[in-house]
Amino acid sequence: MSGTTVGLRGRTAPPGTRPPGTDVDPQVERIVRTPEFQHLVGERTRFAWILTILMLVVYFGFIGLIAFDKSLLAVKVGGTASLGLFAGVFVILFAFALTGIYVARANTRFDALSDALKRSVAR
Amino acid sequence: MNRLLLGLTLATIAAGAAYAAGPDLGAVQQSATNWPAILMFLFFVLLTLGITYKAAKGTKSAADFYAAGGGISAGTNALAIAGDYMSAASFLGISGLVYTSGFDGLIYSTGFLVGWPIVLFLIAERLRNLGKFTFADVASFRLDQTAIRIISAVGTLVVVAFYLIAQMVGAGKLIQLLFGLPYLYAVIIVGVLMIVYVAFGGMKATTWVQVIKACLLLGGATFMAGAVLLKYGFNPEALFANAVQVHPKGDAIMAPGGLVSNPVEAISLGVGLMFGTAGLPHILMRFFTVSDAQAARKSVFYATGLIGYFYILTFIIGFGGIALLMSDPSYFKLGAAGTFDKLKDMIGGTNMVAVNLANAVGGPYFLGFISAVAFATILAVVAGLTLAGASAISHDLYAQVIARGRTTEKHEVNLSKLSAVVIGIVAIYLGYVFENQNVAFMVGLAFAVAASCNFPVLAMSILWRGTTTWGALAGGLVGLLAAVIMVVLSKAVWVSTLGNPAPLFPYDNPALFSMPLAFATIWVVSTMDKSRRAQRERAAFEAQYVRSETGIGAAGAHAH
Repeated sequence: MSGTTVGLRGRTAPPGTRPPGTDVDPQVERIVRTPEFQHLVGERTRFAWILTILMLVVYFGFIGLIAFDKSLLAVKVGGTASLGLFAGVFVILFAFALTGIYVARANTRFDALSDALKRSVAR
Repeated sequence: MNRLLLGLTLATIAAGAAYAAGPDLGAVQQSATNWPAILMFLFFVLLTLGITYKAAKGTKSAADFYAAGGGISAGTNALAIAGDYMSAASFLGISGLVYTSGFDGLIYSTGFLVGWPIVLFLIAERLRNLGKFTFADVASFRLDQTAIRIISAVGTLVVVAFYLIAQMVGAGKLIQLLFGLPYLYAVIIVGVLMIVYVAFGGMKATTWVQVIKACLLLGGATFMAGAVLLKYGFNPEALFANAVQVHPKGDAIMAPGGLVSNPVEAISLGVGLMFGTAGLPHILMRFFTVSDAQAARKSVFYATGLIGYFYILTFIIGFGGIALLMSDPSYFKLGAAGTFDKLKDMIGGTNMVAVNLANAVGGPYFLGFISAVAFATILAVVAGLTLAGASAISHDLYAQVIARGRTTEKHEVNLSKLSAVVIGIVAIYLGYVFENQNVAFMVGLAFAVAASCNFPVLAMSILWRGTTTWGALAGGLVGLLAAVIMVVLSKAVWVSTLGNPAPLFPYDNPALFSMPLAFATIWVVSTMDKSRRAQRERAAFEAQYVRSETGIGAAGAHAH
């Protein structure tokens, strides 16, 4: 079992072995208390939930329009194509863009915070 | 043919999600043997068998078998995810739906896509950091191995069973139509090939079958959509204008139609599609094939792009079908006076729009190619399902529940291979039994169970400190039973299959009710759980939390 160089005592066993007792691993305790961990988790969790909520609002907004206001979606936007068609394609592009935004931020900001944490723990 | 089309229309209305995800081709007539298609498909089979042979030689450890050694790159994994997810039905079913109803096809395209951001934001990286081979590894990380593995494995097997039956029956019907082979032969060919891929080549072979299929399907669909747009000078507006002119529903195809008439139904369908994606065991398994959380995250990003692109193509293909096929009598069964119904009389049914369009834009050899791609598509999906089912039996039920961890890796992998063989044989049998049954609701049911059992158990165990074994077990069970019972009491089964006069549950899609019920049960039971074990489990959250958020101590599936 390898992975990261920093091992957690009691958690280096493969998943499938029983979790440790109620006493919390001091190493875990130490990581949780570091400002780097708090910072990383706080920032990433907030960011991920904001994006999740945006996706839910956009998708269920689209479904809501289909359910409650069909005539709005039938409105013509230049020629034949309707607003609904643009809205549907927008939902698809929006979903892709959101994943892109998350990955861009994770690759730079969150990975940097994560590396800082690992350095701090290894010290 | 009329009965078939009537059945299809009913299935579309009644079965919702199911229609788009699993083609219910109804009673089809066997067509003339299609040699170009068969030869191209044989070429695909030989290629994939060669890969399976190579993969089998390189598959030694359990990590090789379940997770392809954990060394798959993000790009490859993204293609494999796309290959695992884009079923023949989303290709043929959605383009057929766009052909008959226009805009309404987009309801499914968007629904099938929007689960992916959720998977990325909440699940993918944590899954990779905590797990090894199956999502039960993750859900049971700090909870009781026996109870959580049982509920996860049952959830997995139920999803796999319904999904697999729908795919087998769809495959049989499709091949009857496309290749002119008898139904039973088709089902046996699919069953035997999936056994060979999974039992010999494990995750490596499955991955490459999915990658090749994704490339073929994306390539074929791109060519088709490109050829359609080329005819309209790459001006979609001209394509839409022409489509509106020839379609019997006229301008109505550009607006939401009757597919989703009831608001509750629409939202429930959306919930099922969105969160079902995040609970499909064969999809979740794919995150263990990459080396770390970074690769897991990138693979979802690329896969979302590929799948979204594909759904936009199916939309263009559907409109291309309207514009290029509807005025050409040679694609229809003609009535007595040489007349035909544009929506009902298409040769092979409206699920054949993409196939007929292939002929219209690329001639008989391209038709053969697309037919072969459709078959390859089914194979890739059933191989992924079989592997997920076999892993649940060997890695979760056998190794952890029955043998209680006292088994060898070799023994576990052998049992997994045996499970794959048994699943394959059972699937052939069920495909045979269900030949003339309505299976359209089954993929919808698979998504509903994934959203109501697998997803709540997984999400709550990762994200909420308070989750206890009793809570997860009760919630998973309640979600599973609620989804199944609501579907059984709905119109698709209670009325259409069992012949009762009126449905006892008014909606076709249960997820809006069954998923919150599962989450609520997990919360209530966990909160009430004051046992010593529950305290231990809450205390163990901290260690799980650190590992899920940082990857510190995470298992590399490739190294031991």
